[in-house]
Amino acid sequence: MKRHLRPILSHALLLGLGLLFLTPFAFMVSTSLKLQGKVFTETIEWLPNPVVWSNYPEALGNFPFALYLRNTLVICAGVVLGTVVSAALPAYGFARLRWKGRDTLFFLMLATIMLPSQVTQLPIFLTFRTLHWTGTYLPLIVPAFFGNAFSIFLLRQFFLTIPQELSDAARIDGCSEWGIFTRILLPLSQPALATIALFAFMGAWTDFQGPLIYVHDEDQYTLAIGLASFLGRYNGQWHLLMAAATVVTLPLIVAFFLAQRTFIRGIAMTGMKG
Amino acid sequence: MKREMRLGLLFVAPWLIGFLLFTVYPVLATLYLSFTDYRVLAPPRWIGWDNYRELLADTETFWPSLFNTLYLFLELPAALILGILIALLLDRNLRGMAWYRTVFYLPSIVPVLANAMLWLWLLNPEYGLINSGLRALHLPAPAWLASPIWSKPALILMDLWAVGGSMIIYLAALQGVPSSLYEAASLDGASGFAKFVNVTLPGISPVIFFNLIMGVIGTFQYFTQTFVMTRGGPDKSTLFYALYLYQNAFQYFRMGTACAMAWLLFLLTLAATLFVFTSSARWVYYEGEK
Repeated sequence: MKRHLRPILSHALLLGLGLLFLTPFAFMVSTSLKLQGKVFTETIEWLPNPVVWSNYPEALGNFPFALYLRNTLVICAGVVLGTVVSAALPAYGFARLRWKGRDTLFFLMLATIMLPSQVTQLPIFLTFRTLHWTGTYLPLIVPAFFGNAFSIFLLRQFFLTIPQELSDAARIDGCSEWGIFTRILLPLSQPALATIALFAFMGAWTDFQGPLIYVHDEDQYTLAIGLASFLGRYNGQWHLLMAAATVVTLPLIVAFFLAQRTFIRGIAMTGMKG
Repeated sequence: MKREMRLGLLFVAPWLIGFLLFTVYPVLATLYLSFTDYRVLAPPRWIGWDNYRELLADTETFWPSLFNTLYLFLELPAALILGILIALLLDRNLRGMAWYRTVFYLPSIVPVLANAMLWLWLLNPEYGLINSGLRALHLPAPAWLASPIWSKPALILMDLWAVGGSMIIYLAALQGVPSSLYEAASLDGASGFAKFVNVTLPGISPVIFFNLIMGVIGTFQYFTQTFVMTRGGPDKSTLFYALYLYQNAFQYFRMGTACAMAWLLFLLTLAATLFVFTSSARWVYYEGEK
Protein backbone atom coordinates (compact mmCIF):
# COMPACT_ATOMS: atom_id res chain seq x y z
CA MET A 1 0.00 0.00 0.00
CA LYS A 2 2.69 2.45 1.06
CA ARG A 3 4.67 1.74 -2.10
CA HIS A 4 1.76 2.81 -4.30
CA LEU A 5 1.04 5.91 -2.29
CA ARG A 6 4.52 7.40 -2.37
CA PRO A 7 4.70 8.29 -6.08
CA ILE A 8 1.21 9.78 -5.89
CA LEU A 9 2.21 11.88 -2.89
CA SER A 10 5.35 13.03 -4.72
CA HIS A 11 3.34 13.98 -7.78
CA ALA A 12 0.86 15.91 -5.66
CA LEU A 13 3.63 17.82 -3.88
CA LEU A 14 5.49 18.56 -7.10
CA LEU A 15 2.33 19.66 -8.89
CA GLY A 16 1.28 21.94 -6.07
CA LEU A 17 4.69 23.53 -5.62
CA GLY A 18 5.24 23.66 -9.37
CA LEU A 19 2.00 25.55 -9.91
CA LEU A 20 3.02 27.97 -7.18
CA PHE A 21 6.28 28.62 -9.05
CA LEU A 22 4.47 29.04 -12.36
CA THR A 23 1.72 31.44 -11.26
CA PRO A 24 3.95 34.55 -11.51
CA PHE A 25 4.52 33.70 -15.19
CA ALA A 26 0.79 33.23 -15.73
CA PHE A 27 0.11 36.54 -14.00
CA MET A 28 2.68 38.26 -16.19
CA VAL A 29 1.27 36.94 -19.47
CA SER A 30 -2.32 37.42 -18.37
CA THR A 31 -1.72 41.06 -17.40
CA SER A 32 0.14 41.70 -20.64
CA LEU A 33 -3.00 40.83 -22.60
CA LYS A 34 -5.50 42.95 -20.66
CA LEU A 35 -7.15 46.27 -21.35
CA GLN A 36 -5.59 48.96 -19.20
CA GLY A 37 -8.85 49.41 -17.29
CA LYS A 38 -9.17 45.70 -16.59
CA VAL A 39 -5.80 45.37 -14.89
CA PHE A 40 -6.95 46.66 -11.53
CA THR A 41 -9.57 44.28 -10.21
CA GLU A 42 -10.32 43.15 -6.67
CA THR A 43 -10.27 39.47 -7.56
CA ILE A 44 -7.87 38.42 -10.26
CA GLU A 45 -9.27 37.61 -13.69
CA TRP A 46 -6.85 35.07 -15.08
CA LEU A 47 -8.30 34.99 -18.57
CA PRO A 48 -8.19 38.43 -20.18
CA ASN A 49 -11.46 39.43 -21.75
CA PRO A 50 -11.04 40.82 -24.35
CA VAL A 51 -7.55 39.60 -25.27
CA VAL A 52 -5.60 42.74 -26.19
CA TRP A 53 -2.72 41.67 -28.41
CA SER A 54 -2.08 45.29 -29.31
CA ASN A 55 -0.39 45.81 -25.93
CA TYR A 56 2.67 44.18 -27.43
CA PRO A 57 3.08 46.49 -30.44
CA GLU A 58 2.25 49.40 -28.15
CA ALA A 59 4.92 48.45 -25.62
CA LEU A 60 7.47 47.79 -28.34
CA GLY A 61 6.52 51.02 -30.10
CA ASN A 62 7.35 53.00 -26.97
CA PHE A 63 10.55 51.14 -26.54
CA PRO A 64 13.00 50.63 -29.44
CA PHE A 65 13.27 46.93 -28.80
CA ALA A 66 15.05 46.10 -32.08
CA LEU A 67 17.74 48.72 -31.49
CA TYR A 68 18.35 47.70 -27.88
CA LEU A 69 18.38 44.07 -28.91
CA ARG A 70 21.01 44.84 -31.54
CA ASN A 71 23.11 46.78 -29.04
CA THR A 72 22.88 43.99 -26.50
CA LEU A 73 23.81 41.37 -29.08
CA VAL A 74 26.85 43.41 -30.22
CA ILE A 75 28.13 43.46 -26.62
CA CYS A 76 27.25 39.80 -26.07
CA ALA A 77 29.12 38.76 -29.23
CA GLY A 78 32.25 40.62 -28.17
CA VAL A 79 32.12 39.28 -24.63
CA VAL A 80 31.52 35.68 -25.73
CA LEU A 81 34.37 35.79 -28.25
CA GLY A 82 36.75 37.35 -25.74
CA THR A 83 35.81 35.02 -22.92
CA VAL A 84 36.18 31.82 -24.93
CA VAL A 85 39.48 32.79 -26.56
CA SER A 86 41.06 34.04 -23.36
CA ALA A 87 39.79 31.14 -21.24
CA ALA A 88 41.05 28.28 -23.42
CA LEU A 89 44.76 29.19 -23.32
CA PRO A 90 45.11 29.71 -19.55
CA ALA A 91 42.94 26.66 -18.86
CA TYR A 92 45.41 24.59 -20.87
CA GLY A 93 48.33 26.11 -19.01
CA PHE A 94 46.71 25.30 -15.67
CA ALA A 95 45.42 21.83 -16.51
CA ARG A 96 47.89 20.19 -18.89
CA LEU A 97 51.30 21.70 -18.27
CA ARG A 98 53.57 21.18 -15.28
CA TRP A 99 55.57 24.23 -14.26
CA LYS A 100 56.88 26.00 -11.23
CA GLY A 101 54.45 28.53 -9.80
CA ARG A 102 51.44 27.05 -11.55
CA ASP A 103 49.56 26.09 -8.42
CA THR A 104 50.25 29.43 -6.74
CA LEU A 105 48.89 31.33 -9.74
CA PHE A 106 45.90 29.02 -9.96
CA PHE A 107 45.09 29.64 -6.32
CA LEU A 108 45.41 33.39 -6.89
CA MET A 109 43.03 33.12 -9.81
CA LEU A 110 40.45 31.24 -7.75
CA ALA A 111 40.78 33.89 -5.05
CA THR A 112 39.86 36.63 -7.54
CA ILE A 113 36.45 35.01 -8.02
CA MET A 114 35.71 36.10 -4.47
CA LEU A 115 36.90 39.67 -5.00
CA PRO A 116 33.94 42.08 -4.92
CA SER A 117 33.76 43.96 -8.22
CA GLN A 118 33.38 47.21 -6.28
CA VAL A 119 36.98 47.07 -5.13
CA THR A 120 38.27 47.25 -8.71
CA GLN A 121 35.43 49.09 -10.42
CA LEU A 122 36.30 52.71 -9.61
CA PRO A 123 39.94 52.88 -10.79
CA ILE A 124 38.92 50.93 -13.90
CA PHE A 125 36.18 53.47 -14.53
CA LEU A 126 38.60 56.36 -14.00
CA THR A 127 41.11 54.78 -16.39
CA PHE A 128 38.51 54.25 -19.10
CA ARG A 129 37.37 57.83 -18.58
CA THR A 130 40.92 59.08 -19.16
CA LEU A 131 41.08 56.97 -22.33
CA HIS A 132 37.77 58.55 -23.44
CA TRP A 133 36.23 55.09 -23.63
CA THR A 134 33.16 55.97 -21.59
CA GLY A 135 30.12 56.28 -23.81
CA THR A 136 31.40 53.41 -25.96
CA TYR A 137 31.09 49.64 -25.59
CA LEU A 138 34.85 49.18 -25.25
CA PRO A 139 34.84 49.11 -21.42
CA LEU A 140 32.21 46.36 -21.55
CA ILE A 141 33.95 44.20 -24.16
CA VAL A 142 37.73 44.66 -23.87
CA PRO A 143 38.11 43.27 -20.31
CA ALA A 144 36.45 40.04 -21.49
CA PHE A 145 39.55 39.36 -23.60
CA PHE A 146 41.72 39.09 -20.50
CA GLY A 147 40.58 35.82 -19.03
CA ASN A 148 37.49 35.38 -16.88
CA ALA A 149 38.53 33.41 -13.79
CA PHE A 150 35.31 31.41 -13.51
CA SER A 151 35.38 30.35 -17.18
CA ILE A 152 39.04 29.36 -16.95
CA PHE A 153 38.25 27.31 -13.86
CA LEU A 154 35.35 25.49 -15.56
CA LEU A 155 37.39 24.77 -18.65
CA ARG A 156 40.37 23.57 -16.62
CA GLN A 157 38.10 21.15 -14.79
CA PHE A 158 37.01 19.79 -18.15
CA PHE A 159 40.56 19.57 -19.54
CA LEU A 160 41.55 17.52 -16.48
CA THR A 161 39.04 14.82 -17.47
CA ILE A 162 40.71 14.27 -20.87
CA PRO A 163 43.17 11.34 -20.57
CA GLN A 164 46.79 12.48 -20.30
CA GLU A 165 47.78 9.52 -22.52
CA LEU A 166 46.40 11.36 -25.55
CA SER A 167 48.81 14.23 -25.01
CA ASP A 168 51.71 11.89 -24.24
CA ALA A 169 51.15 9.91 -27.42
CA ALA A 170 51.07 13.12 -29.46
CA ARG A 171 54.27 14.33 -27.79
CA ILE A 172 56.05 11.10 -28.70
CA ASP A 173 54.94 11.71 -32.28
CA GLY A 174 56.68 15.09 -32.08
CA CYS A 175 53.60 17.25 -31.68
CA SER A 176 54.18 20.67 -30.06
CA GLU A 177 52.15 21.89 -27.06
CA TRP A 178 50.38 24.31 -29.38
CA GLY A 179 49.53 21.41 -31.69
CA ILE A 180 48.19 19.32 -28.79
CA PHE A 181 46.14 22.31 -27.65
CA THR A 182 44.58 23.14 -31.02
CA ARG A 183 44.31 19.69 -32.55
CA ILE A 184 43.46 17.45 -29.59
CA LEU A 185 42.20 19.40 -26.58
CA LEU A 186 40.07 22.02 -28.30
CA PRO A 187 38.13 19.66 -30.60
CA LEU A 188 37.44 17.36 -27.63
CA SER A 189 36.26 20.27 -25.51
CA GLN A 190 33.55 21.67 -27.72
CA PRO A 191 30.77 20.94 -25.20
CA ALA A 192 32.71 22.69 -22.42
CA LEU A 193 33.51 25.62 -24.70
CA ALA A 194 29.81 25.88 -25.53
CA THR A 195 29.04 25.95 -21.83
CA ILE A 196 31.36 28.84 -21.03
CA ALA A 197 30.14 30.66 -24.15
CA LEU A 198 26.59 30.27 -22.89
CA PHE A 199 27.48 31.52 -19.41
CA ALA A 200 29.35 34.49 -20.91
CA PHE A 201 26.32 35.26 -23.09
CA MET A 202 23.92 35.11 -20.16
CA GLY A 203 26.22 37.30 -18.10
CA ALA A 204 26.49 39.97 -20.78
CA TRP A 205 22.77 39.75 -21.61
CA THR A 206 21.70 40.46 -18.03
CA ASP A 207 24.55 42.79 -17.04
CA PHE A 208 23.10 45.97 -15.60
CA GLN A 209 25.78 47.79 -13.65
CA GLY A 210 28.30 47.77 -16.52
CA PRO A 211 26.10 49.53 -19.10
CA LEU A 212 24.66 51.72 -16.33
CA ILE A 213 28.10 53.15 -15.64
CA TYR A 214 29.51 53.28 -19.18
CA VAL A 215 26.63 53.86 -21.60
CA HIS A 216 25.14 57.34 -21.73
CA ASP A 217 23.31 57.86 -25.07
CA GLU A 218 19.82 56.47 -25.34
CA ASP A 219 20.75 55.13 -28.79
CA GLN A 220 23.34 52.92 -27.16
CA TYR A 221 21.15 51.49 -24.41
CA THR A 222 21.13 47.75 -23.88
CA LEU A 223 17.92 45.85 -23.20
CA ALA A 224 18.55 45.92 -19.45
CA ILE A 225 19.15 49.68 -19.30
CA GLY A 226 16.35 50.35 -21.79
CA LEU A 227 13.93 48.35 -19.68
CA ALA A 228 14.94 50.28 -16.56
CA SER A 229 14.16 53.58 -18.25
CA PHE A 230 10.95 52.13 -19.70
CA LEU A 231 9.97 51.10 -16.18
CA GLY A 232 10.61 54.63 -14.97
CA ARG A 233 8.45 56.20 -17.68
CA TYR A 234 5.53 53.78 -17.69
CA ASN A 235 5.37 52.95 -14.01
CA GLY A 236 1.82 51.89 -13.19
CA GLN A 237 0.93 50.89 -16.76
CA TRP A 238 1.21 47.24 -15.88
CA HIS A 239 -0.27 45.92 -19.12
CA LEU A 240 2.60 47.52 -21.06
CA LEU A 241 5.29 46.67 -18.51
CA MET A 242 4.24 43.03 -18.43
CA ALA A 243 4.22 42.90 -22.24
CA ALA A 244 7.80 44.18 -22.26
CA ALA A 245 8.83 41.76 -19.51
CA THR A 246 7.30 38.88 -21.46
CA VAL A 247 9.13 39.90 -24.63
CA VAL A 248 12.56 39.89 -22.97
CA THR A 249 11.94 36.73 -20.95
CA LEU A 250 10.69 34.60 -23.82
CA PRO A 251 13.97 34.44 -25.81
CA LEU A 252 15.79 33.19 -22.71
CA ILE A 253 13.21 30.49 -22.07
CA VAL A 254 13.47 29.39 -25.70
CA ALA A 255 17.27 29.49 -25.48
CA PHE A 256 17.06 27.39 -22.33
CA PHE A 257 15.02 24.71 -24.04
CA LEU A 258 17.38 24.67 -27.03
CA ALA A 259 20.55 24.61 -24.94
CA GLN A 260 19.34 22.54 -21.99
CA ARG A 261 22.13 19.98 -22.28
CA THR A 262 24.83 22.65 -22.37
CA PHE A 263 23.30 24.28 -19.29
CA ILE A 264 23.12 21.11 -17.26
CA ARG A 265 26.67 20.10 -18.21
CA GLY A 266 27.94 23.46 -16.99
CA ILE A 267 26.15 22.98 -13.71
CA ALA A 268 27.63 19.53 -13.28
CA MET A 269 31.07 21.00 -14.01
CA THR A 270 30.55 23.67 -11.35
CA GLY A 271 30.10 20.95 -8.78
CA MET A 272 33.29 19.14 -9.72
CA LYS A 273 36.20 19.45 -7.40
CA GLY A 274 39.79 19.63 -8.43
CA MET B 1 62.65 23.33 -16.15
CA LYS B 2 62.99 26.98 -17.18
CA ARG B 3 61.59 26.23 -20.61
CA GLU B 4 58.53 24.61 -19.07
CA MET B 5 57.89 27.60 -16.90
CA ARG B 6 58.16 29.97 -19.85
CA LEU B 7 55.71 27.84 -21.80
CA GLY B 8 53.28 27.72 -18.88
CA LEU B 9 53.43 31.47 -18.39
CA LEU B 10 52.90 31.97 -22.11
CA PHE B 11 49.68 29.97 -22.00
CA VAL B 12 48.30 31.73 -18.92
CA ALA B 13 49.45 35.14 -20.20
CA PRO B 14 45.97 36.37 -21.26
CA TRP B 15 44.74 35.86 -17.72
CA LEU B 16 47.96 37.05 -16.07
CA ILE B 17 47.97 40.35 -17.99
CA GLY B 18 44.30 40.84 -17.17
CA PHE B 19 45.02 40.02 -13.54
CA LEU B 20 47.64 42.77 -13.34
CA LEU B 21 45.59 45.32 -15.30
CA PHE B 22 42.10 44.66 -13.99
CA THR B 23 42.75 43.27 -10.52
CA VAL B 24 46.12 44.11 -8.96
CA TYR B 25 46.38 47.69 -10.18
CA PRO B 26 42.75 48.68 -9.42
CA VAL B 27 42.77 47.05 -5.97
CA LEU B 28 45.87 49.03 -5.02
CA ALA B 29 44.54 52.21 -6.64
CA THR B 30 41.31 51.81 -4.68
CA LEU B 31 43.34 51.45 -1.50
CA TYR B 32 45.29 54.63 -2.27
CA LEU B 33 42.19 56.62 -3.23
CA SER B 34 40.44 55.51 -0.05
CA PHE B 35 42.91 57.71 1.85
CA THR B 36 42.20 60.75 -0.29
CA ASP B 37 39.54 63.33 -0.85
CA TYR B 38 38.74 62.82 -4.52
CA ARG B 39 35.78 64.38 -6.30
CA VAL B 40 36.87 63.55 -9.85
CA LEU B 41 37.23 67.14 -11.06
CA ALA B 42 40.17 68.07 -8.81
CA PRO B 43 43.14 65.72 -8.27
CA PRO B 44 43.02 63.46 -5.20
CA ARG B 45 44.21 65.02 -1.93
CA TRP B 46 45.69 62.82 0.84
CA ILE B 47 43.57 62.95 4.01
CA GLY B 48 44.73 59.86 5.88
CA TRP B 49 42.07 57.87 7.71
CA ASP B 50 39.37 60.56 7.45
CA ASN B 51 37.15 58.66 4.98
CA TYR B 52 37.15 55.59 7.20
CA ARG B 53 36.59 57.64 10.36
CA GLU B 54 33.65 59.47 8.80
CA LEU B 55 32.08 56.26 7.52
CA LEU B 56 32.35 54.49 10.86
CA ALA B 57 30.84 57.49 12.61
CA ASP B 58 27.98 57.73 10.11
CA THR B 59 24.97 56.25 11.89
CA GLU B 60 22.58 57.97 9.48
CA THR B 61 23.42 56.03 6.33
CA PHE B 62 26.55 53.87 6.43
CA TRP B 63 25.61 51.67 9.37
CA PRO B 64 21.98 51.25 8.26
CA SER B 65 23.21 50.18 4.82
CA LEU B 66 25.43 47.57 6.47
CA PHE B 67 22.63 46.31 8.74
CA ASN B 68 20.26 46.09 5.77
CA THR B 69 22.81 43.97 3.97
CA LEU B 70 23.31 41.70 6.98
CA TYR B 71 19.52 41.29 7.15
CA LEU B 72 19.64 39.87 3.62
CA PHE B 73 21.85 37.07 4.89
CA LEU B 74 18.67 35.52 6.32
CA GLU B 75 18.03 34.54 2.74
CA LEU B 76 20.99 32.14 2.64
CA PRO B 77 19.65 29.51 5.09
CA ALA B 78 16.18 29.87 3.58
CA ALA B 79 17.51 29.31 0.06
CA LEU B 80 19.65 26.44 1.30
CA ILE B 81 16.75 24.58 2.88
CA LEU B 82 14.27 25.30 0.09
CA GLY B 83 16.84 24.44 -2.59
CA ILE B 84 17.72 21.09 -1.01
CA LEU B 85 14.08 20.20 -0.33
CA ILE B 86 13.05 20.82 -3.94
CA ALA B 87 16.15 19.01 -5.21
CA LEU B 88 15.23 15.99 -3.04
CA LEU B 89 11.72 16.01 -4.48
CA LEU B 90 13.13 16.17 -7.99
CA ASP B 91 15.72 13.43 -7.45
CA ARG B 92 13.39 10.54 -8.25
CA ASN B 93 12.41 8.48 -11.22
CA LEU B 94 8.91 9.69 -11.79
CA ARG B 95 7.03 10.27 -14.99
CA GLY B 96 7.34 13.83 -16.30
CA MET B 97 10.28 14.60 -14.03
CA ALA B 98 12.07 16.57 -16.80
CA TRP B 99 9.07 18.91 -16.89
CA TYR B 100 9.02 19.41 -13.14
CA ARG B 101 12.74 20.19 -13.15
CA THR B 102 12.26 22.77 -15.88
CA VAL B 103 9.39 24.41 -14.01
CA PHE B 104 11.46 24.96 -10.88
CA TYR B 105 14.49 26.11 -12.83
CA LEU B 106 12.76 28.61 -15.14
CA PRO B 107 12.36 31.51 -12.67
CA SER B 108 16.13 31.69 -12.26
CA ILE B 109 16.69 32.49 -15.94
CA VAL B 110 14.28 35.45 -16.04
CA PRO B 111 16.43 38.53 -16.76
CA VAL B 112 16.91 40.73 -13.70
CA LEU B 113 15.03 43.68 -15.14
CA ALA B 114 12.03 41.67 -16.29
CA ASN B 115 12.06 40.01 -12.90
CA ALA B 116 12.07 43.40 -11.18
CA MET B 117 9.08 44.59 -13.24
CA LEU B 118 7.19 41.38 -12.63
CA TRP B 119 7.73 41.48 -8.88
CA LEU B 120 6.83 45.14 -8.57
CA TRP B 121 3.49 44.07 -9.97
CA LEU B 122 3.18 40.83 -7.99
CA LEU B 123 3.96 42.75 -4.79
CA ASN B 124 1.61 45.63 -5.59
CA PRO B 125 -0.18 46.18 -2.26
CA GLU B 126 -3.67 46.60 -3.73
CA TYR B 127 -3.89 44.65 -6.98
CA GLY B 128 -0.85 42.39 -6.91
CA LEU B 129 -1.14 38.63 -7.07
CA ILE B 130 0.44 38.04 -3.66
CA ASN B 131 -1.87 40.25 -1.68
CA SER B 132 -4.90 39.02 -3.62
CA GLY B 133 -3.91 35.55 -2.57
CA LEU B 134 -3.32 36.55 1.04
CA ARG B 135 -6.69 38.35 1.21
CA ALA B 136 -8.43 35.32 -0.27
CA LEU B 137 -6.97 33.29 2.61
CA HIS B 138 -8.05 36.03 5.07
CA LEU B 139 -4.45 36.73 5.96
CA PRO B 140 -3.05 40.23 6.57
CA ALA B 141 -1.80 41.84 3.36
CA PRO B 142 1.29 43.96 4.05
CA ALA B 143 2.36 46.90 1.88
CA TRP B 144 5.56 45.02 0.91
CA LEU B 145 7.94 47.35 -0.95
CA ALA B 146 6.07 50.40 0.32
CA SER B 147 6.63 49.43 3.95
CA PRO B 148 9.99 49.87 5.73
CA ILE B 149 9.31 46.69 7.70
CA TRP B 150 8.23 44.48 4.81
CA SER B 151 10.47 45.74 2.00
CA LYS B 152 13.39 43.44 2.81
CA PRO B 153 11.25 40.32 3.28
CA ALA B 154 9.64 41.19 -0.08
CA LEU B 155 13.04 41.18 -1.79
CA ILE B 156 13.95 37.90 -0.08
CA LEU B 157 10.68 36.36 -1.27
CA MET B 158 11.48 37.51 -4.80
CA ASP B 159 14.91 35.91 -4.66
CA LEU B 160 13.56 32.65 -3.26
CA TRP B 161 11.38 32.32 -6.33
CA ALA B 162 14.63 32.01 -8.30
CA VAL B 163 16.03 29.35 -5.95
CA GLY B 164 16.14 27.00 -8.96
CA GLY B 165 19.60 28.26 -9.83
CA SER B 166 21.16 26.72 -6.72
CA MET B 167 18.60 23.91 -6.54
CA ILE B 168 19.83 22.49 -9.84
CA ILE B 169 23.37 22.36 -8.45
CA TYR B 170 22.11 20.41 -5.43
CA LEU B 171 20.24 18.11 -7.79
CA ALA B 172 23.39 17.40 -9.81
CA ALA B 173 25.22 16.65 -6.54
CA LEU B 174 22.44 14.38 -5.25
CA GLN B 175 22.71 12.31 -8.39
CA GLY B 176 26.44 11.98 -7.81
CA VAL B 177 26.08 10.38 -4.37
CA PRO B 178 27.05 6.71 -4.91
CA SER B 179 24.02 4.42 -4.57
CA SER B 180 26.25 1.80 -2.95
CA LEU B 181 26.39 4.02 0.13
CA TYR B 182 22.60 4.04 0.37
CA GLU B 183 22.49 0.28 -0.07
CA ALA B 184 25.09 -0.21 2.65
CA ALA B 185 23.11 2.06 4.96
CA SER B 186 19.91 0.10 4.21
CA LEU B 187 21.67 -3.16 5.07
CA ASP B 188 22.65 -1.63 8.38
CA GLY B 189 18.97 -0.87 8.94
CA ALA B 190 19.25 2.90 8.69
CA SER B 191 15.97 4.85 8.52
CA GLY B 192 15.23 7.33 5.74
CA PHE B 193 16.12 10.24 7.96
CA ALA B 194 19.35 8.62 9.15
CA LYS B 195 20.32 8.03 5.52
CA PHE B 196 19.65 11.69 4.75
CA VAL B 197 21.82 12.90 7.64
CA ASN B 198 24.65 10.39 7.27
CA VAL B 199 24.81 9.77 3.53
CA THR B 200 23.02 12.51 1.59
CA LEU B 201 24.16 15.57 3.50
CA PRO B 202 27.86 14.63 3.63
CA GLY B 203 27.63 13.63 -0.03
CA ILE B 204 26.39 17.02 -1.15
CA SER B 205 28.34 19.07 1.40
CA PRO B 206 30.89 20.30 -1.20
CA VAL B 207 28.14 21.99 -3.21
CA ILE B 208 26.44 23.34 -0.08
CA PHE B 209 29.83 24.89 0.62
CA PHE B 210 30.08 26.23 -2.95
CA ASN B 211 26.58 27.73 -2.88
CA LEU B 212 27.19 29.22 0.56
CA ILE B 213 30.40 30.96 -0.55
CA MET B 214 28.74 32.27 -3.71
CA GLY B 215 25.74 33.38 -1.64
CA VAL B 216 27.90 35.29 0.83
CA ILE B 217 29.73 37.09 -1.98
CA GLY B 218 26.54 37.83 -3.91
CA THR B 219 24.67 39.13 -0.86
CA PHE B 220 27.34 41.70 -0.08
CA GLN B 221 26.99 42.97 -3.64
CA TYR B 222 23.18 43.08 -3.83
CA PHE B 223 22.52 46.01 -6.13
CA THR B 224 20.44 45.88 -9.30
CA GLN B 225 17.10 44.88 -7.76
CA THR B 226 17.13 47.63 -5.19
CA PHE B 227 18.52 50.19 -7.66
CA VAL B 228 15.66 49.52 -10.04
CA MET B 229 12.78 48.70 -7.71
CA THR B 230 13.11 50.82 -4.60
CA ARG B 231 16.09 53.17 -4.96
CA GLY B 232 16.90 52.38 -1.35
CA GLY B 233 13.52 53.35 0.05
CA PRO B 234 11.18 53.51 1.80
CA ASP B 235 12.99 55.16 4.69
CA LYS B 236 16.40 53.75 3.62
CA SER B 237 15.05 50.28 4.41
CA THR B 238 16.48 48.85 1.17
CA LEU B 239 19.56 51.02 1.03
CA PHE B 240 22.06 48.19 0.80
CA TYR B 241 25.80 48.53 1.05
CA ALA B 242 26.52 48.24 -2.68
CA LEU B 243 23.81 50.77 -3.52
CA TYR B 244 25.18 53.34 -1.07
CA LEU B 245 28.67 52.73 -2.47
CA TYR B 246 27.36 53.34 -6.00
CA GLN B 247 25.60 56.52 -4.89
CA ASN B 248 28.79 57.82 -3.32
CA ALA B 249 30.79 57.13 -6.46
CA PHE B 250 28.43 58.07 -9.27
CA GLN B 251 25.82 60.37 -7.77
CA TYR B 252 27.70 62.36 -5.11
CA PHE B 253 31.09 61.88 -6.84
CA ARG B 254 32.78 61.17 -3.51
CA MET B 255 35.27 58.73 -4.98
CA GLY B 256 37.45 58.67 -1.86
CA THR B 257 34.52 57.67 0.34
CA ALA B 258 33.38 55.11 -2.24
CA CYS B 259 36.87 53.60 -2.36
CA ALA B 260 36.99 53.36 1.43
CA MET B 261 33.61 51.59 1.34
CA ALA B 262 34.93 49.27 -1.36
CA TRP B 263 37.90 48.27 0.77
CA LEU B 264 35.73 47.73 3.84
CA LEU B 265 33.48 45.57 1.66
CA PHE B 266 36.53 43.63 0.51
CA LEU B 267 37.61 43.01 4.12
CA LEU B 268 34.08 42.03 5.17
CA THR B 269 33.77 39.57 2.28
CA LEU B 270 37.20 38.17 3.06
CA ALA B 271 36.34 37.70 6.74
CA ALA B 272 33.02 36.04 5.93
CA THR B 273 34.46 33.67 3.33
CA LEU B 274 37.41 32.82 5.58
CA PHE B 275 34.92 32.00 8.32
CA VAL B 276 33.03 29.65 6.02
CA PHE B 277 36.31 28.17 4.78
CA THR B 278 37.74 27.44 8.21
CA SER B 279 34.46 25.98 9.42
CA SER B 280 34.27 23.82 6.28
CA ALA B 281 36.97 21.44 7.51
CA ARG B 282 34.42 20.29 10.08
CA TRP B 283 31.43 19.78 7.82
CA VAL B 284 32.49 19.46 4.19
CA TYR B 285 33.28 15.93 3.18
CA TYR B 286 35.34 15.20 0.08
CA GLU B 287 35.18 11.74 -1.37
CA GLY B 288 38.58 10.13 -1.68
CA GLU B 289 39.95 12.07 1.27
CA LYS B 290 40.73 10.42 4.57
